[in-house]
Amino acid sequence: MYNSKKIDKRKQLNNIIEVKNISFSYKKTKVLEDINLNIEENDFLAIIGPNGGGKSTLLKLILGLLKSKIGKINSQLQSNSIGYVPQNTNLNTHFPITSLEVVLMGHIGGKKPLFGYSKEEISCAQNSLRQVGMVAFQDTKIGDLSGGQRQRVFIARSLCSNPKIILLDEPTASIDVKGQTEVYELLKQLNKKISIVVVSHDISVLLNYAKNVAHVNKNLVYHTLTNMQKNIKNQDEHLCEVELLSALSNKHSCGCDHEH
Amino acid sequence: MLEALQYEFVQNALMAGILISIAAGIIGSLVIVNRITFLAGGIAHSSYGGIGIAVYFGIPVLLGATLFSVFVAVLIAALTLNDKKRIDSIIGIMWATGMAIGIVLVDLTPGYNVDLMSYLFGSIIAVPQSDIWYMLGLDVVIVSLVLFFYREFLAISYDSEFAKLRGINIKFFYTLLLIMAALTVVAAIKVVGLILVIALLTIPTYIAEIFSNTLSKMMILSCLFAMMFTLGGLSVSYLYDISSGASIILVAVLFLLLVKLFKR
Repeated sequence: MYNSKKIDKRKQLNNIIEVKNISFSYKKTKVLEDINLNIEENDFLAIIGPNGGGKSTLLKLILGLLKSKIGKINSQLQSNSIGYVPQNTNLNTHFPITSLEVVLMGHIGGKKPLFGYSKEEISCAQNSLRQVGMVAFQDTKIGDLSGGQRQRVFIARSLCSNPKIILLDEPTASIDVKGQTEVYELLKQLNKKISIVVVSHDISVLLNYAKNVAHVNKNLVYHTLTNMQKNIKNQDEHLCEVELLSALSNKHSCGCDHEH
Repeated sequence: MLEALQYEFVQNALMAGILISIAAGIIGSLVIVNRITFLAGGIAHSSYGGIGIAVYFGIPVLLGATLFSVFVAVLIAALTLNDKKRIDSIIGIMWATGMAIGIVLVDLTPGYNVDLMSYLFGSIIAVPQSDIWYMLGLDVVIVSLVLFFYREFLAISYDSEFAKLRGINIKFFYTLLLIMAALTVVAAIKVVGLILVIALLTIPTYIAEIFSNTLSKMMILSCLFAMMFTLGGLSVSYLYDISSGASIILVAVLFLLLVKLFKR
């Protein structure tokens, strides 16, 4: 039952999503065990950890795509105000769909015309594309874009419903370094108004942008990053990613101010 | 060749070719982008079971095949929606079982000798008027459903998880898609045959996909290509006195090769 009490007292008002004592199993394999996590307003939270450690599962639980019988998730948000950028957006690239149409998928219910899309919907979608700097590519087939451009279109789609928070699952997987930086710079911009949660492996880039880190490997270890970075820099200038990862997954050895 | 147009069976054949091309172009596009061609093939072949049932019990073949293939479509949808990994085994089982039921029931029907080949490759020059009305009705249903629910079909085809998050009933639309595919297959079964309907669902759409940046464009292009191949194949079949179904397929494949050669 570590890590929730302190945070609750200190930041209760600012938490927009509270994960409380969640456990989750696929058939007989336990993927998540007693997870507690608070996502704050204007947070930039990195969820890291090994493959199969339960990162995506945690994301899907927060989104409501999966339901857990144990524990609960309190959210002050309606499901509409949670934006989502799924994993593997680079797979279905032959699909005949333009950037604009992908973004239009982000609209929810409301009044929709008998067929096609309304002018309001189209101008709203164009606005989202403008925010991510992709409006010039609105009629381009999604498969003809570069990995980084495509990811920005998917971020535009999640912006369509004016979310308070965006959850991204491996947004920079199989994207070149330039594309990765583009994506993270965009997220930094958006973070001025929107909370960002990123699931990722490539922590070396991510840690330049994240404010908090949750290391998930069946259990969750939470770190506040400002202290963490200082701590690491003092210890070793040439810290490699492997050491960093092991430091982040370790509950007790690093001297930073994380709440257990 | 133009003098052929005065015969009623030729007019019917052309009409049937155009009508089935519309259904095949639209449904074929959805089948291709959802990558369920094998599934459509399974429904097509298992509908032979419906033909057997119809022949054995003496009900109209079109009715028997329609009910049976819709049943198969719903069954496959129900069995595969939650476990997509098993989808190919389930389709294979349905495929074989349907055909076996069909063959056994036709065998058991006294004094009835159905030519299996005529269902596999069809006989477009022997299309009865009633089948043309059936196809016309089907086209109207498919075109209006896809017009009204275009964004839903687009969303479940491109990213079904996200569609679910946006409150789209993906199970309903997936089942609806399979039912429409089943109806298209049945409409084509006597006219152009089981094999040809799979060709019509896949070849024009495969070419159309190369030239399309939207699903709607792909659907329209597919319809046009399908019409072109059907009419071209019919002409070849008339000129050289060869099977219409196989001619249509070969015209389509030839065109596909040309496109692939020159569009690089």
